Amino acid sequence: MATLDRSDALFRYLLRLGDTALVLGHRLSEWCGHGPVLEEDIALANVALDLTGQANELLTYAAEVEGRGRDADALAFLRDGFDFRNLLLAEQPNGDFGRTMVRQLLFDAHDLELQAALQGSTDSRLAAIAGKAVKEAAYHFKHSADWVIRLGDGTDESHARVAAALDALWPYTGEMFQSDDAHAALQAAGIAPDLQALRLRWRARIDAVLAEATLAAPAEGWMQAGGIAGRHSEHLGHLLATMQFLQRAYPGARW
Amino acid sequence: MYTQGLNIAAGDKTIPIEAAAGPEAKRFQERVDREEKIEPKDWMPEGYRKTLVRQISQHAHSEVVGMLPEGNWITRAPTLRRKMVLLAKVQDEGGHGLYLYSAAETLGVSRAELIDQLLSGKAKYSSIFNYPTTSWADIGAIGWLVDGAAIMNQVALCRCSYGPYARAMVRICKEESFHQRQGYEIMIALARGTSAQRRMAQDALDRWWWPSLMMFGPSDKESLHSAQSMRWKIKRQSNDELRQRFIDVTVPQAEFIGLKVPDPALSWNAARGSYDFGAIDWTEFNEVLAGNGPCNRERLAARRKAHEDGAWVRAAALAHAEKARARAMKKAG
Amino acid sequence: MDQGRAMTEKAKGEKAAGERDWPLFEVFVRSKTGLAHRHFGSLHAPDQAMALDMARDVYTRRAEGVSIWVVPSAAIVASDPGEKAALFDPMAEKAYRHPTFYPMPDGVKNI
Repeated sequence: MATLDRSDALFRYLLRLGDTALVLGHRLSEWCGHGPVLEEDIALANVALDLTGQANELLTYAAEVEGRGRDADALAFLRDGFDFRNLLLAEQPNGDFGRTMVRQLLFDAHDLELQAALQGSTDSRLAAIAGKAVKEAAYHFKHSADWVIRLGDGTDESHARVAAALDALWPYTGEMFQSDDAHAALQAAGIAPDLQALRLRWRARIDAVLAEATLAAPAEGWMQAGGIAGRHSEHLGHLLATMQFLQRAYPGARW
Repeated sequence: MYTQGLNIAAGDKTIPIEAAAGPEAKRFQERVDREEKIEPKDWMPEGYRKTLVRQISQHAHSEVVGMLPEGNWITRAPTLRRKMVLLAKVQDEGGHGLYLYSAAETLGVSRAELIDQLLSGKAKYSSIFNYPTTSWADIGAIGWLVDGAAIMNQVALCRCSYGPYARAMVRICKEESFHQRQGYEIMIALARGTSAQRRMAQDALDRWWWPSLMMFGPSDKESLHSAQSMRWKIKRQSNDELRQRFIDVTVPQAEFIGLKVPDPALSWNAARGSYDFGAIDWTEFNEVLAGNGPCNRERLAARRKAHEDGAWVRAAALAHAEKARARAMKKAG
Repeated sequence: MDQGRAMTEKAKGEKAAGERDWPLFEVFVRSKTGLAHRHFGSLHAPDQAMALDMARDVYTRRAEGVSIWVVPSAAIVASDPGEKAALFDPMAEKAYRHPTFYPMPDGVKNI
């Protein structure tokens, strides 16, 4: 493999972070107006807004690093799926509310640790973005943990639903801690954190929540991978078809 | 987003026109006349309470149903900025629904009852939300026209005699101040954009103009209920006055961005200092209110689905709270 | 709340709508340090912890607060508006509680 230049690696890593925030924020925004209760509808929109805001900052930075005259919108609305580097977990469909909350818990516990670590990044811009995002991530984690605990230790039905969601989504957690050549290069430069250390802290958080939720973590097994390399599930294509519709239907228009 | 002059259907017998009054009613009216606010546990005529429950809950339902036509475009917003703005705006509508349900609850009715009335089709909500949002320009048109019409009404309601409703309206008006601007900003971008975008903008104005005028409700000059609501200061201005003011401020805004208001009868009347305008099709309005608008069924079906899909979540949260309470009591011995 | 009342309310809620509302909470927000908490509104939540989170999400979307209290609405003991005259009118008569009750001669300063 050709050696990866620092800015190429940074661009790819910023897409990994930015696309994940964008796609997950998009998924959560699908809930708006359809939540189980008005109070929660509003809470979910807050999380979606936080993530979309993070995506905006990360993709803006990515576009600058790339230096080819694109901006955050061009990256979000004018790339096809194979150029998206989001985690597969983020693009998984919402399912029922329990499934959305389990997906969120698995992500939030990792995001909180990731953003906390990125605050110490030698890349000051990334550290600044993380400084803001870590506070949002802390609240997101509290929110999803609160819900998974209530649903896990709620009724028989709610327990069964979140247990099934946990089994279905668990294989997508491995990718959060997967390195690649871009990540390795940045880790060596002190820009990106050690993902194995992150994984242990993530697991401790998840285990504590699952214990309170009377849920058991699935046995370790095969993990899905590919998102950070641009190989996605079928779901992403449909998400992008919706999200990018106007930019694609009216090329060059300003909105 | 909006309450409409449909609070009480003409000839509605469930809300009495209060006859000349006993001493309590007289004292009540004096307080209202002095612009004193009425608070939840104060004495109030039964008709006053019923009118408020009806109006506030219709207003709340309108906010919540109103999330759907705009929510329809959240996932298709064309830029990250537009996406965030629209999501924040639709979220605000949900918040406004919540504030209003809370205000209604101070009158002794539960939110569960109110939502049941909405989902069973018994309660009304603003007719405007039964029209489809078929293009991105509709998001601009709703912000500009629908929120613009709503603001006319809601500013007046900030002075409503019922304290909790007035306070909710103050908060809502403050939050809504960005809604109309974001809508008009979308229209400006489209009107100054490509020919396809201009067409999109004009098409949206063509479709939303008349339904927006209908939002103020039929003329209420002859309505006994309207007269009563005015006397009680639940309603502060007539439907016709508010509609006229809306037209007078909105027509120049359309002209400014080069869009044509779809009313051949529209003309400036210098003597009145207002625009004359064409006849509104009240048959359409009545049909939409009766459930025959283009999207009535979809809107209610979407609300019902959200409510039914959420039932297990709401039940689980309560079950957990009860378990936690029981555990805490056992621990305390 | 005693068991009997809880049961009645439950039955009432079910009869009305087929489902019980989550309990109602009143929300108080301190908008900045140095100010008292002020009543902002209410919301429904399944328990106290969720009520606090939901209050944050519902009532401080525009950074309106630095601190939140939530109180179960049922826990508030309120005065009866019917007794307003008896409770508060007599206080209006006590002019001697106010400094303007004590005229000071011209020329006296700092009092």
